[in-house]
Amino acid sequence: MIKNGTRLQSQVCDTQVIVVRSADSLDDLRAGGVPMVPIDAERSADATLDPAFSDGNVMGKRYVDENGAEVLVTKAGAGTLSIGTTALNLKEAKPLPASD
Amino acid sequence: MSISLLLEMAASSNPDRTAVVSGEIRLTTSELSELADGGAGVIAASGAEHVAYVGTGGVMLPLLLFSSARAGVAFTPLNYRLSEDGLRQLIDRLPAPLVIADAEYHDVVAGAGKQVITSDEFIVAARTAEPAAEFPDPEDVGVVLFTSGTTSKPKAVELTHNNLTSYITGTVEFDAAEPGDAALICVPPYHIAGVSAALSNLYAGRKMVYMPQFDAVEWVRLVRDEDVTSATVVPTMLDRIVSALERDTIELPTLRNLAYGGSKVALPLVRKALGLLPAVGFVNAYGLTETSSTIAVLTPDDHREALSAADEAIARRLGSVGQPVPSIEVQIRGEDGAVLGPGQTGELFVRGEQVSGRYTDIGSVLDADGWFPTKDIAMLDEGGYLFIGGRSDDTIIRGGENIAPAEIEDVLVEHPSVRDCVVVGPEDPEWGQIIVAVVVPADGASPDPDELRAHVRAQLRGSRTPDRVVFRDELPTNATGKVLRRELVDEFQRSRT
Repeated sequence: MIKNGTRLQSQVCDTQVIVVRSADSLDDLRAGGVPMVPIDAERSADATLDPAFSDGNVMGKRYVDENGAEVLVTKAGAGTLSIGTTALNLKEAKPLPASD
Repeated sequence: MSISLLLEMAASSNPDRTAVVSGEIRLTTSELSELADGGAGVIAASGAEHVAYVGTGGVMLPLLLFSSARAGVAFTPLNYRLSEDGLRQLIDRLPAPLVIADAEYHDVVAGAGKQVITSDEFIVAARTAEPAAEFPDPEDVGVVLFTSGTTSKPKAVELTHNNLTSYITGTVEFDAAEPGDAALICVPPYHIAGVSAALSNLYAGRKMVYMPQFDAVEWVRLVRDEDVTSATVVPTMLDRIVSALERDTIELPTLRNLAYGGSKVALPLVRKALGLLPAVGFVNAYGLTETSSTIAVLTPDDHREALSAADEAIARRLGSVGQPVPSIEVQIRGEDGAVLGPGQTGELFVRGEQVSGRYTDIGSVLDADGWFPTKDIAMLDEGGYLFIGGRSDDTIIRGGENIAPAEIEDVLVEHPSVRDCVVVGPEDPEWGQIIVAVVVPADGASPDPDELRAHVRAQLRGSRTPDRVVFRDELPTNATGKVLRRELVDEFQRSRT
């Protein structure tokens, strides 16, 4: 299972994420329909963004799946985040007032 | 995740946004990021394994927090009010530290036998240093804070990068602030609130306006001049701000949100503040150093509902610390360890990724399931609102009966002749401990001790009646508003012998 704190990048768009809460499902984490790779890994030269996974993602938002996996977008991009072909859901947070 | 990433995200999203205003210094997020890279270079070149800071804060706090993270070493802001000897004892407990000190404290730490540079020298060096950018392991310790040591030797609380970033990502939405939002930061740099303020406001996208030495008139001026929209204060600061606002009618039109915490704020003061600033949303934040700051919040809506409630159970919540934040679980446990239900009073245990519960040389005090004993006496009501009844260490055992001082204090402080009070239990040959109420009279009042005792007796069991009532002009507190109970107990015990 991928480690909490691992940083991943998309191979087909600008997206970067960090794993906040790991789960086995994240082994098949994709952005733009193409598997994400570690941030220091070589990106595939011939991969292209799948138009069916091009809804993009939002900077600083957390995305979750049904298995408890959670990633935080540290750089937004054009690709949809998904596990296999199932899109991740945006984690809705109840806004808290500033307390610090 | 590392706290460095919080700055990286802010700098990449809004490079030209003003991040820090501190005296004459103004830095955008990208300037702060560049300076932190250079600062990391200075730290790396020193060979230090730890960074300690002695000074009043301001820009040095976010700068050293992120410089240390990027150098891959832990950071400790120290209480600059400590004596030379006190500071040296703490510095000696840190591994091979680089000590950075504001010019006025340089001489105090110069003889500590460590590498020492001034804050100004650090900034100058950071501007030209070869940048460094390590990525520490998320489980590495990012910040070590010493507890205030009001009851015992200060403990060194270890907060990992994960503890701190879990707190931030769990309670703050990235870049959610409005473009003009500004936070006024006047909490001391060596307090957990000082550390969390630098992280959470940067992440939320709020300009951080620093006020290194608190002064109520200056605070009001800064709120107006810098269009401050939110601020956090400790009880003594709130008391002084309220007094300043009572002296002169001053509007604070930009201020939307005022958080108070650090230690208990007496209810009459909260009501007075709410009355003076009806347009401001008040926030009561409860947390501990060991929990990376806030774990429960009484929101502005909670304050308004409680104030206007006819239902006593809702009205009472004005004296609560609100509901736990979503990423925190809470349990109230009895003396036998059993988990108690709503309305029952016991010790508060908390669990969550922001909770450290680990101390240098002591190790982790979490139980097998990850729960941290806060040593705070607490109760949850039916709606999940958390009430804190003081420290279990402060419990007075009089004639075999356990008495929480907070219970008596809450009643006493509502008497119109009482401005502030604290209840302590010096040793007594007959009862084991006796109840002594130390009272600061309201302006112009000279209350009769027997009347105050009768006031308590009318509302609580007879065994809660103070044996003695003593008057003072003010209570001894530390800089974050914590009452120094030990000092009073020692004084009363000495005066007996």
